[in-house]
Parts: sequence; structure tokens; C-alpha cells
Amino acid sequence: MNVLIAGVGGQGVILFSELLSNIALESGLDVKKSEVHGMAQRGGSVNTHVRFGPRVASPLIEEGTADLLVAFEKLEAVRYLHFLAPDGRLVYDDYRLEPVPVQLGLVPGADDADLDERIARRVGKRLMVPAFAAAFKLGNQRVQNVVMLGAVSGFLPFGEDACREMVRQMVKPEFVELNLVAFDRGLELATA
Amino acid sequence: MNRKLLSGDEAIARGAWEAGCRVAAAYPGTPSTEILESLAGYDGVYCEWSVNEKVALEVALGAATSGVRSLAAMKHVGLNVAADPFFSAAYIGSNGGLVVVTADDPGLHSSQNEQDNRWYGMAAKVPVLCPSDSQEAKDLTGLAFDISEEFDIPVLLRITTRIAHSSTVVELGERAEHPPRGYVKRPTKTIILPAFARARHVDLEGRVDRLRAYAEKTPWNRAEPGDSNLGIICDGVAYQYAREVFPGASFLKLGMVHPFPVELVRRFAAGVSELVAVEETDPFIELQVRALGLAVTGKDRLPRWHELSPRVVRRSLTESEPPPEPEQGLPNRPPALCPGCPHAGLFYALQRQPVIVGGDIGCYTLGALPPHEAMDSCIDMGASITFAHGADKALGKDDKRRRVAIIGDSTFFHSGITGLVNTAYNKSDVITIIADNRTTGMTGHQQHPGTGRTLSGEPTVEVDTARLARACGIEKVVEVDPYRPTETRKRLRELFEEPGPAVVVSKRPCALLVRLQDPPKSVDREKCVACKTCLRLGCPALTMKDGKSHIVATLCAGCGMCADVCPKGAIS
Ligand SMILES: Cc1ncc(C[n+]2csc(CCOP(=O)(O)OP(=O)(O)O)c2C)c(N)n1
Repeated sequence: MNVLIAGVGGQGVILFSELLSNIALESGLDVKKSEVHGMAQRGGSVNTHVRFGPRVASPLIEEGTADLLVAFEKLEAVRYLHFLAPDGRLVYDDYRLEPVPVQLGLVPGADDADLDERIARRVGKRLMVPAFAAAFKLGNQRVQNVVMLGAVSGFLPFGEDACREMVRQMVKPEFVELNLVAFDRGLELATA
Repeated sequence: MNRKLLSGDEAIARGAWEAGCRVAAAYPGTPSTEILESLAGYDGVYCEWSVNEKVALEVALGAATSGVRSLAAMKHVGLNVAADPFFSAAYIGSNGGLVVVTADDPGLHSSQNEQDNRWYGMAAKVPVLCPSDSQEAKDLTGLAFDISEEFDIPVLLRITTRIAHSSTVVELGERAEHPPRGYVKRPTKTIILPAFARARHVDLEGRVDRLRAYAEKTPWNRAEPGDSNLGIICDGVAYQYAREVFPGASFLKLGMVHPFPVELVRRFAAGVSELVAVEETDPFIELQVRALGLAVTGKDRLPRWHELSPRVVRRSLTESEPPPEPEQGLPNRPPALCPGCPHAGLFYALQRQPVIVGGDIGCYTLGALPPHEAMDSCIDMGASITFAHGADKALGKDDKRRRVAIIGDSTFFHSGITGLVNTAYNKSDVITIIADNRTTGMTGHQQHPGTGRTLSGEPTVEVDTARLARACGIEKVVEVDPYRPTETRKRLRELFEEPGPAVVVSKRPCALLVRLQDPPKSVDREKCVACKTCLRLGCPALTMKDGKSHIVATLCAGCGMCADVCPKGAIS
């Protein structure tokens, strides 16, 4: 299975990918995860590739072959749509973070309705999950990634409990409880 | 079973630890930084951030010569800085194993070029190993130490970003201790005076000959038989991409690309109808195949620039359907200075001044982009001061634009000091600004000689940049606070008017280092006259909303630079 995760530097894309790839590893599969550090993380566009199965060769997903695209921000969702397989699924947060040059008025921004239209035109299986808003309500916007994990868990071959267990193992002890609540919130949002 | 997901960098650290490495030195640089960060977490290995890559390699060579297994790690351009000791190390040899890791960056994810450091191995006559995933990164690190000791030669382990920053499954092993061999005085080996070095060169060629034979028989250079119509010869992550696209082909997978296994390649070529070399980034393997007089396809079909991917390999080598196209017309999202970044205040102070600014490498290089556009060059680490000096000599007094250099604190220690001494010694009027944010920001906050802490967090001397600048021969040394952009701008203006060289230390810790406690600022819409002065800071938390400045509270770090620059006192 090929899962591409997209977002903006600082949104917790990396931790999400780490959770996902370790859940896959625990289930006995071969796993490869690829990400980029450094310059790209200073508020730039960030994507990580997670692939798992009986045997994985390339750490990178080929365009047009992602089974699942998880996007933490709507513009970033649209930026990576071409990675989706024809029957691939998009799970995205419609939260918007303007690129800094747009915010400073140096280049024109993307119109919200236009982004919606591009998504609708290109993707059949899509689910919008307001994970940032949910995380904000829970009192910590940084759990947006675990809300997302809860939301996509139903589309992964691992089961909820395997995901929860990995959250317990990988999240700092003082944040485990909050993250488990965030995970359940994501589950609810996906099934609502 | 002890299986774990490790990045290539973490796997190299693990491999070094398991192989009994005792001394490791590096200067940070994406994508190599995590090797030392990870290795520092193991017991039994002394790890340090050296001030630059040349120093790191010399430290490792000194340790290896003294009989322990040692490692130096760097990004690809770091090996340019360390090239001098690298070539000498080949003559001198190892004693305790000496492994040099180079992390190349095809695709320029975080670098200034795409150089392919396999050539360094060939040029310096040093064996080159190229892992294709994390397991191999770990295993080949261990092998590199063995080869280094068996053949008395440093070994270059070459990885790329997609190896360094991809995590794949690794079987963990235990540490095998290699007792120190001790230091034995052998002047004709370790002192490369011409008279001794002449003999060492002959000796080196002998070692390379023995390595040539080794390359023919090592299981790390292996043929994987498949369809005989297509034979692919490859190394590194390119092997994985080619495997993905041509699962049934015959492969010759090279774990050791230098010395080149000539006979093995000939035999492989004889068994396939078509031979293709797939590699990043230069035709390193391909040219050596061609030199054997064999027909091979490679960079005539695959791109000579940027990184490979399954898509690029498929598109270049097959007639397959083109993959889906990305959406067009979306705004890019380039990296930007963080909210509260002290560099923003400094660049604000530099904007629209009559200056020519030699830039350098670090987070502050982002000051070259709008809205700041406050830089004229970015060449390599340390080149800001020397560039400005050269410009000063060329332009003379007639050109009224003041020659300025801007350099980060870590970069100053890395290679700025010599340039500054040169400026003082050779009498130019350069104003050198040290953007001192108390850390190595770009690569993720590593300690350096100005922070007062070592890699392991121990307290140590805190080298004072201002005093150091004076010792370099610059008498006028001024300190400014970039969180007060207006005052900083005024102070710089004055300095630009005065003759003679000066150093300005612009001092404020990185905003990610000291999470600011101040509440977010907000704009008084009554007072705001929409002059957009605050936007010139380029802060990601600032924008325009309904015709007035607006601060995004969830992003604001509360630093107050915008309040400082607002001419109407509309921000508090
Ligand atoms: C020879 C070389 N080594 C390492 C790097 C990677 N690198 C780029 S900038 C930088 C350090 C930046 O630190 P500093 O000068 O303190 O500036 P800051 O990022 O904190 O603003 C490093 C290590 C490089 N580009 N070239």
C-alpha cells in the first residue's frame, strides 16, 4: 500500500508518518518511508512517502499510484493530487495556511472554491476532515496529525487498536491521553 | 527478532557503533546531520561537532592513526572543505579503521549543488561503498571499517538524500569491540614530506591494486539474474527505482563502485542483450563501462541533473503511458523565515540601503528572497566576507555602495574567521555582520563554539565572537539587537557612512530555541494606515486583511519587531 502524506513544515507530517510506518512494521510487513529534512521544513511544502507490503523496493511512491493521500492543508492536497491512483482515496483537512509570499501580497493566492473544484474534478473517493479545527478545540493544534490518523485508520489494514497502541508507544507520556482523545475524535469525524 | 525502522543516517550510526567505532566527528549538513546526532546517543563512542569538515576529518584521521576505529561524516560539499586531508589520508592510511561518510544531495533538497562525490573516491584513490537501503547502510559501515583496516586505507561511504532520509527495516546486532591498536610512531607513513610521500604513493597504488581484486569477488557486487534481454547496472537508491520499474530484469548491483569490478562487469554484459546504467547523478558507472569498450545506455536517456525516481526511470527508459500531471497554477510554498526570527529584523535594517551584500549559507540565506532581497551572493560557507573583500578591491572608492558581508554564527566559526583576518590584513573597508542567533539554525539547532555546549550537551568554553573579531584585527566591533529593527537600521546607516572595516554582531537567540513567552501582538485597525512597513519584515504571521495589517494570532511569536517598525504605533 502506498500512502503519501502532505502538509506544511511544522504541521506534524513527520510524526504522522513515523506512527504509520511503525504500525505497519509491527504488523510484520516490509516498510519504507521517505521524507526530506532541512530547508524544506522552514514553513515549506512537506511530503512524506510511506509504502508497506510483503516486500517494498523504492522508498518513493510513483505518480499515479498512491492508494491514499493524506493532506493536512487544502492547497497541499491539491498540489499532490497527481500522485493518487485512479481509484485512490483523498483524506484532507480543508484548513488553509497561505504561503508566505501570498500572505505578503507578493503573489496571488489560490481561491478556495477553485481548490474545491479541482479536488472534486479529480478525485472520486474523498473525505474532508476538519482536523485542525478539532485539534484547536481540544486545546492543542499540534494534535492535528493524530486526529488525521484517527480519521484514516479505517482505510488502513491495521485496526484501531494497533494505531492506539503505537500512539501510546511513540508519543511523550504526558501527551498520550490528549492524543488518544484526538485519535478518537478523528475516528468520529471520519464516520460522521 | 530485533527489527527496527531506521533512517539511513541512523543505520550508519548503528553500524558504526556495532563495528566498535570509538571516535566520530562531523560538522552538521543536510542530509548527513543525523548520523552524529544519532551516534552521540550510544555509549562507548566519543562524538563531537567539529568546527568544519576539514577539522572533522583530521580529527578522525588523528584518532584512526592512534589506533581506534573512527568516522567523519559530512554533506557532499563538506568533502570539498575536507578534500585536502582526504587526499593525504589515502597516502597515510588508517591503522584503526577510518570511514568517511559523504551524504550527496541529488535534487538539491537542501544544498547549493548536485556534485557526485563518487568521483572523490576515484580522484583520491579511496574505495567507495554505496548502500541501497538502511540495512545496507548499516552493513556497509561495518564492512568499511574492515576494509579500511585490512587494506590500510580510508573508505568513503557514499549515500544520497533518499538513503539518508528514508527509513527502512534493519536487523539490529550487538557491538563488537575492537580493542585500540595503540599509537606506534611511524614517521615515514604519517609524515607526508615529499621524500616519504613518494614512497607512500607507490604503496597506495599497490593497495588500490589489491582492492581491485577485492572488488571482483566481494558479495556486495552481485549479479541478480533475470531476463537476459535487459541488464541493469546500478548502485545506491537507483537500484530500488530500477527494481520497481523492471522487476524481471537482470541486475548487476554494485555495493562497491570504486575500484571498479572490471571482469565482473564484462561477464555480466556478455550475458545480456542490452546494458543500461542507472545511477545518480553523474555517469560514474557508465563511463567506466564505456571505457571497457562495452555498449551501454545511460545518461543519453536518463537525465544528467536532479534526482531519479521510479517515474523518471520509467519515463526515460520505457514507452509507458505518461503518469498523471500535477495541477497547474498553484502558488508555490517556498521555505520562509519563521515567526520571531531575528534575521527578519536584521534584513529589515538592511533593505534599500546603498550596499552590496556578500551573503552566506544558513537560514539567513532566505534574506535573499522577497521581501528582503538583501543579498548579492551566496557561494559556499564563509564566502560572504571574501566576496565582499574582492568586490571592495575591484570597485574602489568611486563606487559608493558600501561592501557588506552577512554571515551566521556557526558559519563564522566554520570558515569566516580566516576571511575576516584576510579583510583586516589586506585592508578593505568591508562591514561584516555576524547574524548571531546562538545556534546552527538551518540544520536543526546544533551546538557550536559560540554556544558554550558540546554535542553531548556538556558545558564548555563559549568563544566570544566580538572578542574574536577584535583579535582578527578589526578594531571597530559593534553589537546590535535585531529585535529592535529601527535602531539597528539607524546604527547600520551610521556605520556605512564611516570609513574603515567594522564587525557588527547582531545578537538574538533563534525563536525556535527560546520559545517566546510574550502573548501574540495585534493591530489597532483605527491607527493602522496600511503603509505595509510591517510586511517588510517578511514575517509569516503578518498579512493584510480588509485593507489593514493583520496578525495571525496562531502563528505570532510575540517578538514585537512589527510593533517596533510601525510608524503609527498601531501594533501592540
Ligand atoms: C561546507 C558546508 N557544510 C555544511 C553545510 C550545511 N549548512 C548550511 S548552513 C549551515 C549552518 C548555518 O548556521 P548559522 O551560520 O549559524 O546560520 P543560521 O542557519 O543559524 O541562521 C550548515 C551547517 C553547507 N552548506 N556547506
